[in-house]
Amino acid sequence: MLARKPPQRPKLVYVLLVLPFFGLLWPALYSMDAPRLWQIPFFYWYQFAWIFLSALSTGCAYLLDSRHGR
Amino acid sequence: MAGELKVTALAVFIAFFALVTVLGFFAARWRAADLGHLDEWGLGGRRFGTIVSWFLLGGDFYTAYTVIAVPALVWGVGAAGFFALPYTIMVYPIVYLLMPRLWAVARRHGYVTAADFIHGRYGNRWLALAVALTGILATMPYIALQLLGMQVVLAALGLGGTGIRGELPLVIAFAILALYTYKSGLRAPALIALVKDVMIFITIFAAIVIIPEALGGYGAVFDAAATGLAARAKPGHLILPAASAGAYASLALGSAMAAFMYPHTVTAILSSSSGSVIRRNAALLPAYTFLLGLIALLGYMAIAAGVNPTVPSQVVPLLFLKMFPQWFAGFAFAAIAISALVPAAIMSIAAANLFTRNIYREFINPSVTDRGEASVAKLVSLVVKLGALGFILFLPTQFAINLQLLGGVWILQTFPAMLDGLYGRRFNAWALLTGWGAGMGCGTAMVLSTGLKSAVYTVQIGSYSLSAYAALFAVVVNFIVTLGVAPLVGIQGHGTDRTVEEDYFEDSMT
Repeated sequence: MLARKPPQRPKLVYVLLVLPFFGLLWPALYSMDAPRLWQIPFFYWYQFAWIFLSALSTGCAYLLDSRHGR
Repeated sequence: MAGELKVTALAVFIAFFALVTVLGFFAARWRAADLGHLDEWGLGGRRFGTIVSWFLLGGDFYTAYTVIAVPALVWGVGAAGFFALPYTIMVYPIVYLLMPRLWAVARRHGYVTAADFIHGRYGNRWLALAVALTGILATMPYIALQLLGMQVVLAALGLGGTGIRGELPLVIAFAILALYTYKSGLRAPALIALVKDVMIFITIFAAIVIIPEALGGYGAVFDAAATGLAARAKPGHLILPAASAGAYASLALGSAMAAFMYPHTVTAILSSSSGSVIRRNAALLPAYTFLLGLIALLGYMAIAAGVNPTVPSQVVPLLFLKMFPQWFAGFAFAAIAISALVPAAIMSIAAANLFTRNIYREFINPSVTDRGEASVAKLVSLVVKLGALGFILFLPTQFAINLQLLGGVWILQTFPAMLDGLYGRRFNAWALLTGWGAGMGCGTAMVLSTGLKSAVYTVQIGSYSLSAYAALFAVVVNFIVTLGVAPLVGIQGHGTDRTVEEDYFEDSMT
C-alpha cells in the first residue's frame, strides 16, 4: 500500500470552479434584452459567454492542478 | 406527419446509417481484447484517452432527444427552455471535483457501476441495491426517449404513422443497434460517437449560418420569436420573466447535480484511461454546450420561419425540411438518428452492468464467473432495449416522457450517498438509505401533484411561495432526513469500508 498524502490542491482551483455558479444561478442578473450583441439579446449572449468563461476557468483549474502534481 | 416519402433524403439517410452499422460491428476488433470480460465489454477496457472520451461523453450526454426536445421546448415556452445552457455549464465543475475520485477508486477495486462503489464503500448491499434500482429505473425511459427521437426523424422522412410503414424501420434500426452492442459492447458507441458528433457539428453549423440568413438575420429571428411567443394561447417569453427565475436556476442546478449520477454517464466516465482525462474533458466538453445553445436557438428559427407542427417534437425536422435542400435534410436526419444510437447503446450497457453486478451477482448467483457475468450483461442489454422498444410501440408516448421527468427526480436522490461516499463517508448507510427513501417518496409525490405536467413544484410557507425543481426540494429533504437519522442509528450496522483514502488519488494505480 502506498502511504502518502494526496497532491495538495490550491484553494484557487475551488474558486475557479465555483465561478460559473455565481454567474448563472441568479437569473435576475441577466434576464434582459438590452444590450444586444450582434442583434442577440443580452439574456442569450451572456449565457453563451459563460460557456467560454467556464471552459477557461476549468482549464485554468486543470493547469493549476497539474502544476501541483496531479 | 406520414406525408410523402422523401426519396433523396431517405437515400442519404440510409447510406450514413449503413456506414455506422459497419463501424458498430467492426468496433469489436478495435483495440482488440477479450470481450468475454465485463471490464472489456462494458467499459471498453478503461482505456479511452482524452479524444475518444470527449467524443464518447459528448455523444452520450447530448442525445438525440436533446436535439429534438430542447428546441421544441424553446419553441413552445421561449426563454424558460434555455435552462439547458446553464445546466450544461455548471455540470462540468461538478464532474471535475467528483468524477476523478470515482474513477480512481473504481479502477483500483474493479468497480463497474456506481452501486459497486457504494457497496464497497459502505459494506451495505441494500444501499447499493437502492442506487442500482434507481439507476435502472431512471435509464429505461431515457432509452425509450432516444427511440422517440429516431421515430420523429423517420416520420419526417415519410416513414411515419402507425402500422408496418411507421414501425418496421424503427424495429430494424433498433435490432441492428442491439446486435452490435451485444457483440462489441462499449467500443461500438465509442467508435460511432466519432462519426455522429462530426455530423451533428456540420448540421448545426450549417443551420445557424443558412437559416438566419434566409430569415433576415438574427435580429429578425429574435424579434419574430418575441412576437410569436407573445401571441400564443399560453404566452411564452423571449426574456425570462422574474417569476420564473427560481424555476430556471433550480432546474439548471438540479439537472447539473443529477447528470453524472445517471448510469450511462458514469459508464462513460469509468471507461476513461485516467483521472486527468476526465478533468481535461471537463474543460473541453463545454464545446458541446455551445452546440446545444445553438440547437436551442433552432426553436426560435422555427417560429420565425413559420414552422407550425402538430406536436412540438416535429419542430426541428420540419424546420430542416423547409430550409435545407432535401439531400442535406437527409444528412441532418441521419445525424439525429445516429445521435439516438450512441446514448441508447451506452444506456443499455450501463443498465445491464447494474443488473449483472448489483442484482444478479449480489442477490441471485454470487458464484458467477467473470465470463458468466459478461454473458448475463450482454443478454440483459438486449432485454433492456426490447423493453424500451415495447415502451414506444405499445404505450402512449406521453408515458415515456412522464417517466423520464420522474427519472430525473429519482436519480438525484442518489447524490447524497455518492457525495458522502466520495468525500468523507460521514454517514451510516442506513441513514443514507432512509434519506434516499424520503427523497424518492416526496419527489415523486411533488411531480404527481402537478399531474405529471411539470417538474417544477411550488412550496407555500404562509404568504411566501417558492417555485423550484422538485428534484432539488426532494434532495434537500433527503439530506435533512439523512442528517436526522444518522445520530439515531449511530454506528449500528456500519459496514466495513473496503476502500482506503489512497484509493481515491488519481495516480494510485502505479
